[in-house]
Amino acid sequence: MGGLAMDGYGAYVWSCFALTLAVFVFNEWRARVRHRSVYKQIEVRVKALEGRQ
Amino acid sequence: MWNYLHKMASPPHFYRLAKILIPWLVLPGALLIAYGAYAGLFVAPPDYQQGDAFRIIYVHVPSAYLSMMAYMIMAISAGIGLIWRIKLAHAVAAGAAPVGASFTILALITGAVWGRPMWGTWWEWGDPRLTSELILLFLYFGYMALRNAIDDTAKADKASAVLAMVGAINVPIIHFSVQWWSSLHQGPTLIRQGGPAIDNEMLYPLLAMIVGFTLVFAALLLRRVRAEVLYRERRTNWVRELILSPRGDG
Repeated sequence: MGGLAMDGYGAYVWSCFALTLAVFVFNEWRARVRHRSVYKQIEVRVKALEGRQ
Repeated sequence: MWNYLHKMASPPHFYRLAKILIPWLVLPGALLIAYGAYAGLFVAPPDYQQGDAFRIIYVHVPSAYLSMMAYMIMAISAGIGLIWRIKLAHAVAAGAAPVGASFTILALITGAVWGRPMWGTWWEWGDPRLTSELILLFLYFGYMALRNAIDDTAKADKASAVLAMVGAINVPIIHFSVQWWSSLHQGPTLIRQGGPAIDNEMLYPLLAMIVGFTLVFAALLLRRVRAEVLYRERRTNWVRELILSPRGDG
């Protein structure tokens, strides 16, 4: 059992796991933001075109 | 078979299927990562030489493996798009690049953090494994910069596909660098003659992390590719119908 201190390596080990979690969260967030942004752009254009017809 | 592949490569079919698949990838992926992280941090015994510092392996190895796998997905998809002119293949390549780059950064940083207490240095420029992994990151950046620099999507697809395919030569160099040249980096742990070099108590959490990372990576890739497909197909009827349908994308 390593414990939180990890025999003096805690800062190295925990920072790596925290960074990994951050990378997953960042990727999920970026993908969602990109999808939402593209969807909104198309929605505005399509609805404007529909309104004109 | 050909009909099935043709249907799979159809953007509207892919767009809908990807949405269904994402939760089925994320859930088992997250469970495997939770098990792997718990067992790797608290159950696996310390390494006899590296002590608890070896536990960084549970995030470093999966991220390094994904950095190379994402590049191969990008290069193969770009090649398929270039040769067979399948639009979805270019979208997959474009979607794989940012995710692959982020895992390459993760592999480089976790490697440096692991190297500091073990080797006494964060970075060693002469080391072939470290340097070739850094070149991989530059290849990702180059691919994304090239795509962004060209407004015409078709031209951007072609130019970036050539770069992705040429850069693929770096992936086997990364993998075999520790065998071909003298390196600070340890040799292969899992894929080696005579089987894995670590005890099962350490191995099983690592395998769980690798599979878990792969499943979550696949989900992230599908999310990216869905956005890319939507952008590329923005002037098509199926996207118009999707937007105007009462449910929208929900």
